[in-house]
Amino acid sequence: MTAILTDRIGLHDFVRRAHDAGELVVQPRMGFGLPERMRAGLVATKTAPATTVGTLTLDSYTRIGDLAAVERALAAGSDLNGYPIASHPLGTTRAMLAGVRDAGFPVQVRHGSATPSHIFAALVAAGLDATEGGPVSYCLPYGRVPLEESVREWSRCCELFAHLREHLPVEPNLETFGGCMMGQLCPPGLLVALSVLEALFFRSRGVRGIAVSYAQQANPVQDQEAVFALRRLCAELLPDTDWHVVVYAYMGLYPVTPRGARRLLTAAAELARATGAERLIVKTVAESERIPTIAENVDALTHAATRQIRPAEPLADPGADSETYQQARAIVDAVRDVDQDLGRALLHSVKRGYLDVPYCRHPDNLGRTRSYLDRDGTLRWADPGLMPIGHLVPRRRSRQVTSAGLMDALGYVRRKFDSFEESAPEPILELR
Amino acid sequence: MSELARLNPAPVPSSRRPTAIVSGLSSDAHTWNLVFLELLLDELGFLVTNLGPCVPDDLLVAECLDHVPDVLVLSSVNGHGYADGARVVRRLREHTPLAALPVAIGGKLGVAGGLTAGQRDELVAAGCDAVFEEHADAVASFRGFLRALPVRAAR
Ligand code: B12
Repeated sequence: MTAILTDRIGLHDFVRRAHDAGELVVQPRMGFGLPERMRAGLVATKTAPATTVGTLTLDSYTRIGDLAAVERALAAGSDLNGYPIASHPLGTTRAMLAGVRDAGFPVQVRHGSATPSHIFAALVAAGLDATEGGPVSYCLPYGRVPLEESVREWSRCCELFAHLREHLPVEPNLETFGGCMMGQLCPPGLLVALSVLEALFFRSRGVRGIAVSYAQQANPVQDQEAVFALRRLCAELLPDTDWHVVVYAYMGLYPVTPRGARRLLTAAAELARATGAERLIVKTVAESERIPTIAENVDALTHAATRQIRPAEPLADPGADSETYQQARAIVDAVRDVDQDLGRALLHSVKRGYLDVPYCRHPDNLGRTRSYLDRDGTLRWADPGLMPIGHLVPRRRSRQVTSAGLMDALGYVRRKFDSFEESAPEPILELR
Repeated sequence: MSELARLNPAPVPSSRRPTAIVSGLSSDAHTWNLVFLELLLDELGFLVTNLGPCVPDDLLVAECLDHVPDVLVLSSVNGHGYADGARVVRRLREHTPLAALPVAIGGKLGVAGGLTAGQRDELVAAGCDAVFEEHADAVASFRGFLRALPVRAAR
């Protein structure tokens, strides 16, 4: 690991320094119920041969605030799907982090909660200063909490979190999850818009250290266009803010073969490098099946950090002309016009269908939009519903989706990477 | 009428279509699995109510008592399905009108890949009639389970 040593460093500064030194920062999605295992996972991440950031991914009970279910699981000795930060005693979490998290190794908390007050309280108490989420992206895909409640809670949490800077030598950092939403089948124009809007929301609540996310989709050229659009919008709309871009390795149905999974991760690293993204969150060979082991995570980090990985079809920044930029810009502008307050603007934009996520079953999501995958994996709108991009999208007759048609679209990336033709030798096999 | 014909949506008037509730479990936000099952059951002739993800136990019990469907299909993939499923099905079975409700559960039910035989048995003991863990022919055996369902008077 390339140690960057100062007294203490915030996530953004760490990432920025690595980027200036030509390193892509890589990070796992790792979370275990037991503190010993969690600590072992962080230590392994820290000592992996890569420039890494550590992760505490929280379990699903903590996400929905069902702390009684955490107690029952811990008492029964059953495994949780993440680290229950609000249930382990504070001393336990501090001890778990002691000597691991330091100036050369920031640790971020990842959760997925629409009502995260208890999570923010616990992470701040544990001395952590980097986390993730957003009032829309941690609400619509994560269950049924009313959006209004999520916006209220996220406002309060952001304000509290921003005040941390008065007590810390570093700038607290918050990452948008808007670039992912349901993980798959959402055209990038909306993902980019949501990521930017959540960044603007964080900024309006006082947060100045921000990461903006984008999740790899099904076509490499469209993905590059999307990350360039995201960068351009942030440059235009986020003055006096420290921001960087984080790419998520594919968040949909993952390849089942180890080789297919590695190739998809390679493509994610190529996307990050081609677009100057500063950080990449990896997926492992176990993704399609179960929660990965520590060793599988270290493998993925090592592979993604391979310096030889270079973009296969690099795209020059298409500027403001790209389809993704234009859709995202139109959505962002329309939402900002709804209300001066960004929280209310987001709430009413969802209710009136300016923001409408395909296939999302949340009661507040209008559900008028339809998307489809073109033959080359490009995501397009079959019907943009009431989103303010009707003038940018050609009308199409949308067909009734069948269960087989849905699985076919969801499985596109899995099939493509599992059946990848043998062409160039896989770099990882040579390097290890 | 053959069973297949009975499950074919076309000739059956909607009032006589068998009914299904599809539901996620309390802690699970995954939705694509639920969308898939809703479409599949609809294609097999069921009138489907999809309760969506993160359904609290109380809501699931209340919806089942309200509708008493021909089948309840539970799906979870976040690794907590084993615990959440056993808990809520035990609660459902405490209600007399739901004592004989056919209940299927499936997905990725534990955090370690497959369940142990003991865990499967526990789901059955809690009142699940069939457990479909992720497997190449899980959906085919699920269709078999649906075909063998006892048919309510209306059908
Ligand atoms: C997309 C996705 C997400 C999205 C979900 C968006 C949404 N709202 O739907 C987001 C990013 C939000 C997400 C979040 C999380 N996820 Co997730 N996710 C996935 C992913 C990549 C794809 C799932 C998917 O869309 N499948 C498409 C559907 C159609 O397929 P399916 O779910 O596999 O269902 C099939 C079968 O299982 C079967 N089936 C399912 N149910 C039933 C029921 C019956 C009766 C029958 C017959 C069949 C059946 O039929 C389907 C078709 O074949 C999977 C990994 C993968 N599979 O590649 C991880 C995965 C399911 N997630 C996982 C986890 C742990 C989480 C988190 C807890 C975060 C974390 N710790 O990593 C949170 C959960 C939050 C919560 N409260 O639950 C784990 C679960 C591990 C386990 N079970 O041991 C997986 C496997 C990833 C991993 N390897 O760690 N996730």
